[in-house]
Amino acid sequence: MSNVSLRNVRKTYPGGFEAIKGIDFEIPDGQFCVLVGPSGCGKSTLLRMVAGLETVTSGEIDIGGRVVNEVEPADRDIAMVFQNYALYPHMTVYNNMAYGLRNRGMPKPEIDTRVREAAQILEITTMLDRKPRQLSGGQRQRVAMGRAIVRQPKVFLFDEPLSNLDAKLRVAMRVEIRKLQRRLKTTSIYVTHDQLEAMTLADILVVMNGGQVEQIGNPLEIYRKPATTFVASFIGAPPMNLIPLDGGEIAAQFAGDSRSVAAAGVLGVRPEDLLISTDATATGGIALDLTVEAIERVGPETFVYGSREGAHGVSVNPGELPPGEVIVRIPGQIAPAIGERIRAIAPRDKLHLFSADGRARIDI
Amino acid sequence: MQKQSTFRSPVLPFLLLTPQVAVVLLFFYWPAAQAVWQSFLLQDAFGLSTTFIWFENYAELLTQPEYYEAVLRTFIFSAAIAGSSLSFALLLAVMADKPLRGSGLYRTLLIWPYAVAPAVAGVLWIFMLHPSLGVLARGLRGMGIDWNPQLNGDHAVTLIVLAAAWKQISYNFLFFLAGLQAIPKSVLEAAAIDGAKPMRRFWTVTFPLLTPTIFFLIVVNIVYAFFDTFGIIDAMTGGGPAKATETLVYKVYLDGLLGGNLGSSAAQSVMLMVIVVALTAIQFRYVERKVTY
Repeated sequence: MSNVSLRNVRKTYPGGFEAIKGIDFEIPDGQFCVLVGPSGCGKSTLLRMVAGLETVTSGEIDIGGRVVNEVEPADRDIAMVFQNYALYPHMTVYNNMAYGLRNRGMPKPEIDTRVREAAQILEITTMLDRKPRQLSGGQRQRVAMGRAIVRQPKVFLFDEPLSNLDAKLRVAMRVEIRKLQRRLKTTSIYVTHDQLEAMTLADILVVMNGGQVEQIGNPLEIYRKPATTFVASFIGAPPMNLIPLDGGEIAAQFAGDSRSVAAAGVLGVRPEDLLISTDATATGGIALDLTVEAIERVGPETFVYGSREGAHGVSVNPGELPPGEVIVRIPGQIAPAIGERIRAIAPRDKLHLFSADGRARIDI
Repeated sequence: MQKQSTFRSPVLPFLLLTPQVAVVLLFFYWPAAQAVWQSFLLQDAFGLSTTFIWFENYAELLTQPEYYEAVLRTFIFSAAIAGSSLSFALLLAVMADKPLRGSGLYRTLLIWPYAVAPAVAGVLWIFMLHPSLGVLARGLRGMGIDWNPQLNGDHAVTLIVLAAAWKQISYNFLFFLAGLQAIPKSVLEAAAIDGAKPMRRFWTVTFPLLTPTIFFLIVVNIVYAFFDTFGIIDAMTGGGPAKATETLVYKVYLDGLLGGNLGSSAAQSVMLMVIVVALTAIQFRYVERKVTY
């Protein structure tokens, strides 16, 4: 059993900066957990605490039923893949992978078997005698993965392993990492700031912000029901449209609803849930009158950037749209002209409501 | 990718090089050529008559057993100085590399000795190890060692090596510290996760990654031990007792300036130059192969 539990984990730096403000969650055996959040949210720090590279100020980190707070990184039975790969530049690919096994006094024949097996899985058998500097970025990435899997650890830790690769390779490696993890069934923790990577890799998605967990759950569940406006604008690209409901005409469309809905302060609607329509009435849902400001055609779909009249306020969360700007995603390439006035509607079951401070979700 | 500058005028690049070339010509090639020329000459003691004698100065030099002794002595000196200052500087750098409070302060303090002039360093050590005045000498006497560098050749050698190595430590320290800080932290973290204990991590990861620095410092330190120890030797022992600290560079000075045998002195200078160039060439040729750049 190698589940990982974090119990009220905190990290305060000597200067008094609180990087991790009490985090609790559990990753069941064999699951792929992704920590996602903007830079500086503490996700890498948390991963390094699990690895034993950062001390834990308070709380407990438990790997496979053993509290490892005071255990050396070498004895935690984990393997880590670093963002810059951290390969040993003076060793061959073979020795890079064998190093951790030799340090543990494994007999030579077994080391050889394991290294060759890992090399085969990762398709780097022909490169075993090369030095890291003779390899491309993607190949180095594979060696770094190889170094982790030969150890057959309880837990894999990935610290933004794909962010140094170009976009195409990143997608390919993402798929491979997922396949590899499914095959090895090793509990994994993966840190990224890329929400697409997070959505596609995770069994369990942990959205972090400011040293705290914003939401934990199945990625699609989080996508469907974001708990806060931060999660709503961070998960999904382009981000969810967030519209303040401060008594204007939008709020009027909700008149006569239950008390909780009437108390909502922010309305959210995803770009793909909006439809451009000429219908004067949008029964039960909302209708937004927009002036088209910009068009982005990406091929299979088109994004229409529109502005609402009389919108005000400032955006709170990183990645959030400027106030008054609304994105509508339409399939295909046919789009309205710039400057045209359009009406975008969304049915009621596609709407998200949040409290005025954005910290709580209100179910309709 | 190579960056290439283009000049509009063909004269400008030469003009820009002129100061550097002038300095090298004036202060290196000209004196060196003069030394070579001088080494072919025989002068009487008053400088009144000069005879061109081709390689006789060299031939005579190579028949003197004292010359071979000086060569051997110089090699022992440079090995001892380079060896001790490099290993001690590396030890200090590894310890100073640890993230401790006040590291900026003690790193600066460790670099300061480099600013001390060789003769001053020599005087400092003379006083500490003077047989009748020295603080350290007193301690050694207390331990039953009859310490006297003024009479005992081995003690004099130890004294010179100590002073010369001490002066070079800060220079080596500076480069080692820079070398250590250039090693990515994540590589050492990966080694820690890979189960390498601190000592093993040092010898299997840090040390191999430091080899370019070590190689560079070996070359610099040997050249230092060959030439720059002159001031220390002159201030501390004057080549004595009984030539125990007479290295090649000091012999050049003794024979030429004090002995008045300018021809032989020039021949020795040329030989010294050839030895250092050869040593450096050997180092680049053979040691560099083992260096992981």
